[in-house]
Amino acid sequence: MGVDCSFYLCKIFAARDVRAVANNKTKKSTMTSETPTPAIEVLHLDKRFGPLHAVRDISFSVYKGEVLGFLGPNGAGKSTTMKMISGFLEPTGGSVNVNGVDVAVDPITVKSTIGYLPEGAPSYGEMTVISFLNFIAEIRGLHGEKRRERLDAVIKEVHLEPVLHQSIETLSKGFKRRVGVAQTIMHDPEVLIMDEPTDGLDPNQKHEVRSLIKEMARDKAIIISTHILEEVDAVCDRAIIIAAGQLLFDGTPAELRARADTGNIDDAFRQLTTEYYEKQGAPGQS
Amino acid sequence: MKNIKAIMKRELYGYFSTPVAYVFIVIFLFLTGVFTFYIGAFYERGQADLEPFFRFHPWLYLFLIPAISMRLWSEERKSGTIELLMTLPISLTDAVIGKFLAAWIFSGVALLLTFPMWLTVNYLGDPDNTVIVAGYIGSFLMAGGFLAIGSCISALTRSQVIAFVISVVVCFLFVLSGFPVVLDFFTGWAPQMLVDAIASLSFLTHFNSIQKGVIDLRDIVYFAVLIAFWLYANIIAIESTKAR
Repeated sequence: MGVDCSFYLCKIFAARDVRAVANNKTKKSTMTSETPTPAIEVLHLDKRFGPLHAVRDISFSVYKGEVLGFLGPNGAGKSTTMKMISGFLEPTGGSVNVNGVDVAVDPITVKSTIGYLPEGAPSYGEMTVISFLNFIAEIRGLHGEKRRERLDAVIKEVHLEPVLHQSIETLSKGFKRRVGVAQTIMHDPEVLIMDEPTDGLDPNQKHEVRSLIKEMARDKAIIISTHILEEVDAVCDRAIIIAAGQLLFDGTPAELRARADTGNIDDAFRQLTTEYYEKQGAPGQS
Repeated sequence: MKNIKAIMKRELYGYFSTPVAYVFIVIFLFLTGVFTFYIGAFYERGQADLEPFFRFHPWLYLFLIPAISMRLWSEERKSGTIELLMTLPISLTDAVIGKFLAAWIFSGVALLLTFPMWLTVNYLGDPDNTVIVAGYIGSFLMAGGFLAIGSCISALTRSQVIAFVISVVVCFLFVLSGFPVVLDFFTGWAPQMLVDAIASLSFLTHFNSIQKGVIDLRDIVYFAVLIAFWLYANIIAIESTKAR
């Protein structure tokens, strides 16, 4: 037990130090460094809800050290794709591998390596923040000293100290969202999937969550979905755009910006998605 | 097992951190008292037993148990926490069993709190306490049956009201399946074997035989199979409806 936790502490501090040093290096160098298997590999993913074809043959991979921004109009299939990666929904076709493990084959193993923040950051409103986090820690298999350490670290990281003993339903939107983020990173997962992590936060809170994501990015593979395009510039190494369930763009934010004549990322997004809808007919048709 | 315990603990926490638990227990104790002393004529009978107490349990459970079970899954679906729960590294079976056990333990606590009844009858006379213990066991098993039905039905809807109403109806059919009100639907066209099978599903018949002090293995197996069946249906219900 003692050995265990001292090792753990070392890991945390070592990671902090390296992070400080590595901040000057470009992220690209960590990305391309000898990682043959992607942390998340999505292959020909397909999902139908009855007559609705929500996700159509989407493939992409995310490597450790990378933050992938997931963009697209409302109803494009972002959340559905994330739900399939996190193992909540079963795909109709194709597969998802997380660290080489197929979600469909071994969902429990995959779920234990993933931290997933569902859309709207749902949590049990009647619980106090600390009892909710304790519950998550217990389910995540954290015990004794290790659990206390992780709880302390997570609470500090998302600044939950002032509301620990309040029930979650009485919290402000910003705090609720932070409780969701705390839940997501409780077990220090290798893979993070966050569905609109900054939605509904004020500018300061947005900034905090973004810095947190950036800080964690070094040793994790992260997918975030967002409607805020400047977020892509701020935190993402790569961006993917989907519309009507189809992959329209996969590249760096700079490449995305280059798509627009104005060099503006908003314009690029609008150009790509409206062009697509014009070709395919109005959104909602399948 | 570890996961079942964690889910169960959380669920129990949910009961006792809201007024639900206290309201339920107070109403349950109040109603058992009313039924036993007024309608069951506990004193007038002049017998030292708890028959008038247990006799009304199926009818009390009919309305009170769906009130516990209605929130089990429909609340998770409505608030979206089902997505959180099912992306944690636990199996669906663990989650279903954990939640069911929490509700069952809770109903067991309410049942145990009727102990003043037992004290009263022992103060007033000299009852056969083994029969009373059998009555408690039977009542607890029956509560489990009602809860398993209610849990499955609450997994089918986001609305707690719908879950409540449908659970009451289904439980009602199970309570009365040995009686003409249900059997009349089947006699005449269904083979006698089917009618007998439906009649043997009645909660009342099985509960009454246990409550009389005869703990027959068949009655225990009946409730065990009933619970297992409905929890299995519960798992399938969640799997097939979670996306919606």
